[in-house]
Amino acid sequence: MAQHQVNYASAAGLPIALTSVDKLVNWGRSNSLWPLTYGLACCAIEMMASGASRYDFDRMGTIFRASPRQADVMILAGTLSKKHAEFARRLYDQMTEPKWVISMGSCANTGGMFNTYATVQGVDRVVPVDIYLPGCAPRPETLQYALMMLQKKIRRESANMKKNTKQNLRLV
Amino acid sequence: MRKYVPKDNVQAKPYYTDRYWVAPRVPREAVEEGSHFASVVEVMTPFVKESYVEVGQLVIHIDAAENFDAIKTLKEQCGYTQCSEQSAVDYLAQDGEFELFYQFLNVNEAKRVRIVCRLKKDEAIESIEPLFKSANFAEREMYDMFGIKVNNHPYLKRILMPDDWEGHPLLKTYPLHGDEFASWYEVDKIFGKEYRDIIGPENRDPARIDRYDTKRFSRVGYEVPFGEDITQGEKEQPIEYSETLLVDYNKNAGKQLEKRK
Repeated sequence: MAQHQVNYASAAGLPIALTSVDKLVNWGRSNSLWPLTYGLACCAIEMMASGASRYDFDRMGTIFRASPRQADVMILAGTLSKKHAEFARRLYDQMTEPKWVISMGSCANTGGMFNTYATVQGVDRVVPVDIYLPGCAPRPETLQYALMMLQKKIRRESANMKKNTKQNLRLV
Repeated sequence: MRKYVPKDNVQAKPYYTDRYWVAPRVPREAVEEGSHFASVVEVMTPFVKESYVEVGQLVIHIDAAENFDAIKTLKEQCGYTQCSEQSAVDYLAQDGEFELFYQFLNVNEAKRVRIVCRLKKDEAIESIEPLFKSANFAEREMYDMFGIKVNNHPYLKRILMPDDWEGHPLLKTYPLHGDEFASWYEVDKIFGKEYRDIIGPENRDPARIDRYDTKRFSRVGYEVPFGEDITQGEKEQPIEYSETLLVDYNKNAGKQLEKRK
């Protein structure tokens, strides 16, 4: 038999990498988190700064998308008023699975200083939140850290979304 | 002047209220003869119930039924061509009526005039939108916040609150944290009333501690696994210190010579 076949097993650099499906899928998901271009209040200014050249979200694979159909992450940046809660929820529903939510800033977390009739007292009343990011407003570094925490969380998850649904989604 | 009170925690209820405190009043001056304002008052004479100057601005009290004619006169004969603000103040508890005010600016004279009128609770006011386009949104906001109806308004609809909102938030009788409708508004709208039990009431206490929450609160001396249900009670776990680190040196005290005992 002619010796023209390459014996991969004996070659030094194997063109094979062994991994689990979970790891592979989560590697892809966590390194291409596309958030929705969606700002509610002053926290959105910090979110924009995070996306701009100085802090540069793009290098983390985080590219803001203008459509909820293309987005994986919803960053609720700012005060959610009761009038707007319906639309925030609708945008969340329009996002395709898998999807995650970062609640950015005090107002989104708990209503913050707006302890009034017109403000939703924590966006977790409306959408299920994965990461609560404190601050008023959080600096871009903090948002980056929150995103890295979300990446960590995603890497721990199962690639099978059905398994995740129950533990992650408090509201159906 | 009142003495300075620290405002570190303005949310906390004051434990002492001054019963004899009287809100300071801005001094009201008579309209100076021969001034620009005097000529305005003269033109407005058929409508004026009371007039004075407050902080350099002329204030004219008129009858609510004559508001359109009075403002038309002010605009066309006195040159007040800008309506910068229009709203109301709730004096229902005090006098059983609203105080409506219109703020006008004369660009040529650099003078401002405020037209004030009183309106009973269920009365409607005539719209001045045909005279000032800027009154359109201001009157809608007044309707939204106080529920004051405006006659002949082109589009009288809520401007800030959602269309299906109940109540008018700037009324003094409206609670700051909202009534029951307001507190469940987003839940009812998005999920439906049956989700009230699942989502639960709003938490408006910034210092709330849930003793059964094992996810967000540390439990010193009562450590339990993260997220464990402890509503049935938990075991006390006394803090154990490392024996190698905490050595009781008094126990093995240094040698004491016999003769010194």
